[in-house]
Amino acid sequence: MLTENDWQALWLTVRLAGIVTLILLLIGTPIAWWLARTKRRWKGAIGAVVALPLVLPPSVLGFYLLLAMGPNGPVGKFTQMLGGTLLPFSFWGLVVASVFYSLPFMVQPLQSAFEAVGDRPLEVAATLRASPLDAFFSVAVPLAAPGFLTASILTFAHTVGEFGVVLMIGGNLPGVTRVASVQIYDHVEALEYMQAHRLSAVMLVFSFFVLLALYAWRPNPKKER
Amino acid sequence: MNHFRNLLLAVSLLCAPFAHAGEITIAAAADLKFAMSEIVTRFKGLHPTEKVEVIYGSSGKFHTQIQQGAPYDLYFSADVEFPRELAKAGLAASEVTPYAFGRIVLWRATLDASRMTLESLVAPSIHHIAIANPKHAPYGKRAEEALRASGLWERLEPKLVYGENIAHAAQFVQTGNAQVGIIALALAVNPELSGPGGYWLIPDTLHKPLEQGFIITRRAENNPLAKRFAEYLSSQSARAVMTRYGFVLSGETSDAAGKP
Repeated sequence: MLTENDWQALWLTVRLAGIVTLILLLIGTPIAWWLARTKRRWKGAIGAVVALPLVLPPSVLGFYLLLAMGPNGPVGKFTQMLGGTLLPFSFWGLVVASVFYSLPFMVQPLQSAFEAVGDRPLEVAATLRASPLDAFFSVAVPLAAPGFLTASILTFAHTVGEFGVVLMIGGNLPGVTRVASVQIYDHVEALEYMQAHRLSAVMLVFSFFVLLALYAWRPNPKKER
Repeated sequence: MNHFRNLLLAVSLLCAPFAHAGEITIAAAADLKFAMSEIVTRFKGLHPTEKVEVIYGSSGKFHTQIQQGAPYDLYFSADVEFPRELAKAGLAASEVTPYAFGRIVLWRATLDASRMTLESLVAPSIHHIAIANPKHAPYGKRAEEALRASGLWERLEPKLVYGENIAHAAQFVQTGNAQVGIIALALAVNPELSGPGGYWLIPDTLHKPLEQGFIITRRAENNPLAKRFAEYLSSQSARAVMTRYGFVLSGETSDAAGKP
């Protein structure tokens, strides 16, 4: 029913969203932890920067990334120094762009989860001579587990739904940057409504089940305590 | 009752300045970006009270949108087939008017491309070549045809990156992410884009003609301004602008092309 190109686009989308979710778990967790625990004046500013992609139109993000990753941009100069290649029109370019684009969807749920853990369990852990790192992994992370699940699902889903940024920096290369949303757009533009319908239906069903998983299986934190 | 009459009077006075001015919205293919802006400015100079709005984008997208009832009064397509289809579906209020032929060029943003040919795209220093998406953009289709006709398609395809339309392809080149682009001559002759890099006119024997066409949409059937704007396009003044932007006007020879 779906063409080979459609499957390729779907697989690419899943791969992109998976890698971005993993990277954001690594980057987002310390940021969220810091935001949840710190009392510094910087907190507001950092929190605002993290939330920026929620507000910015994807075209702004795409435009700045295209300039920054280009041969005269700071990111482009850096990647050229490392390996001689530029990030636009490449899979890893999309990964970098998506990490920015989905950052708040990882950090904000994690931050709320860490804040809900509160000071008390960590103080108790400290009196039992747990190091801060030990306390983080054996106390904070298990208590914030539902937050990790929510953050990961939201990040994954949001990356799957990405369109504008990918269109602006991807160059529409099959198997490299042509994700499902772009593939649907191409079908519509070429007046291939039947194919657009099929792929859109797949996306619709997928999105529904992701959100169903999020809302139906999320353990109720009030009952747990 | 008196109050009501005063109110009516006030409302009609407020509306008065707009009562006689017409209003049209034009959907124009991305290759017309610069030429159409200039034509509209000239037209407004002659008719200062009229309101003319232009939206630029891909011809294919406008075609779809007009089928779905988009509020455009005139539709300028980079491929005359799109307005023909709309006319067949009864969505046009005028004949399909072919007005010009477009040309494609090799173009780079920072270096002179005037000495390049299609063969020079094989050079390893060129990593990416930006073209409009051949799947739905007329200029992209012609770029693909030219590369195929010159026997370079297999070697160059891995280097190609696809813009949403011709303006998007130009943007990839302008930001330096692609070294070369195949774009519309009408964009490359504009001072904003021509800059230090020149362009090389791709022979039109390598691709099917890029015949441009426009219609007045059914929505504007009774809009006199739409008709007046359509007539203005065949004026000497408007034709001069089109020629300056490298369009070969319907009914003229192609010798003048690319000599702005």
